[in-house]
Amino acid sequence: MEYKQTRQGYADGLIEAGKEFPELVVLDSDVAKATRTADFQAVYPDRFFNCGVQEQNMMSVAAGLALEGFLPFASTFGVFATCRAGDQLRNSIAYPKLNVKVGATHCGISTGGDGASHQANEDIAIVRSFPNMTILVPGDYEEARQATIAAARYSGPVYLRFGRDTYPVVTSIHGPFVIGQGKWLREGPDVSIISTGIMVHEALVAAEILSEEGFSATVLHLPTVKPIDVESVVQAARRGGCVVTCEEHSIIGGLGEAVAAILSELHPCMMARVGVMDRFGESGTAGELLDKYGLRAKDIVLAAKKIML
Amino acid sequence: MVYEARSGHVGGSLGATELVVALYYHLMKHDPCNPGWEGRDRFVLSKGHCTPVLYAVLADCGYFPLEDLKRFRRPGAHLQGHPYQPKTPGVDASTGTLGLGLSTGLGMALAAKLKKQTHYCYILCGDGEIQEGQIWEAAMFANKYKLNNVIAFVDRNYQQSDGYSEAIMPMDPLNIKWESFGWRVYDIDGHDLNEIIKTVEDAKASERPVMIIAKTVKGKGISFMENEAKWHGTPPGKEDYEKAMEELQYGV
Repeated sequence: MEYKQTRQGYADGLIEAGKEFPELVVLDSDVAKATRTADFQAVYPDRFFNCGVQEQNMMSVAAGLALEGFLPFASTFGVFATCRAGDQLRNSIAYPKLNVKVGATHCGISTGGDGASHQANEDIAIVRSFPNMTILVPGDYEEARQATIAAARYSGPVYLRFGRDTYPVVTSIHGPFVIGQGKWLREGPDVSIISTGIMVHEALVAAEILSEEGFSATVLHLPTVKPIDVESVVQAARRGGCVVTCEEHSIIGGLGEAVAAILSELHPCMMARVGVMDRFGESGTAGELLDKYGLRAKDIVLAAKKIML
Repeated sequence: MVYEARSGHVGGSLGATELVVALYYHLMKHDPCNPGWEGRDRFVLSKGHCTPVLYAVLADCGYFPLEDLKRFRRPGAHLQGHPYQPKTPGVDASTGTLGLGLSTGLGMALAAKLKKQTHYCYILCGDGEIQEGQIWEAAMFANKYKLNNVIAFVDRNYQQSDGYSEAIMPMDPLNIKWESFGWRVYDIDGHDLNEIIKTVEDAKASERPVMIIAKTVKGKGISFMENEAKWHGTPPGKEDYEKAMEELQYGV
């Protein structure tokens, strides 16, 4: 299996979108090598602005650029984009609905060795609660590249979520990327697994394990967490009878809660959420932490078995 | 406006009146019939709570009917408590939480540089506001990108929400602080229209971003409001309102 970084997909998508949109500019806050926006800088040095270690100023500067017709991508780590600069994201960007894209890398527990301070496990929850925001959480390198281009073509504020590590390339998710649309990857009547981000790979492996044990699972991948594909979520519940969500994010405020809210109102059914429990992470390799924090295919299988009738 | 709304910030608005008047009636290129005109000078009210003075001036210039002022802070009206650019004609940038507006103005100024436009970006900050860390991030950024199309003001009234600003968070000497961040600094009387105009004209030749420290009196023009921190965010009651209007010689 091929492994690639989603943040590299961001950088490659930016360079492509930069060709299409001459008004596209990239801002970074002294993590350009890590977010990979340094690649964009190498191609378009005049359209790249390193703001130094100041995420708050960067977000509001991006708002000013958008007001004047530019298409700014403000890039930093997820914790800084949403916690350090949460006010600026809310008041400078989301509230006036400006055409600013926030490219957040190093999201999720797989950020690894830097430890809990740098692992954004609550960023989706924060951004979901801001009106006007669109949230894209691609599942692999290629989807990240496509999501970046789709964000550039979309008019309005977008939060793009990427990881630090290399993740499996999941070729079955490589259709055209449409914001707000889920992707059906497998169909089966026993349980529906709904994934976002890099958990798509684990969801597919879980479906495979279940199938070996005689259960047939539906897999719905939602690379757009907001606005969420309500119709597909309800359809998934109808098809599988019960639903397991999986995300590399806190079980509070993320995909799981979004799906639970929809189903409790439109199609009540048994549900289980796989994600990071309500606790901070720690240092370790990405693989060690995904194991320890219960974000593997076996954890999805376990959750599914608990709720399948 | 604030009296009718029974909410709003009157003290800081009165103190900044000459600054906003000098900009909109004497200094800025702008067209109330065409608020989105590319060539206009921009204005960002970074001390966003002082919308009363901005809205009064915008209405008087003709950006929207004077009648609208009676609907300040009312549901369904476009005049939000803090400036909201998508709704209010003539408002160039949304602000609210303190510290955002200077950075937004710098983004607009950077955009003008990239497009080789020649207009200016005027930004009005409060002296309490510049206690925010983001202001000093912005101070560094403007210096890095040599944004000499930025002409900013600190409304230095020495008052903030909780009282005397030098007691709450000492900031003097402000001029040395801004100079050391790479800005061209002027110290002026913020109630002297001629001095404001002369200073801004001079500032246009600067090769660095400009910070004009305008000494003002919070609550200026209303005897019982002057230098009284109480009038930061308290709307006047009926008696205070009538007394204030009398002092302004409108005759109630």
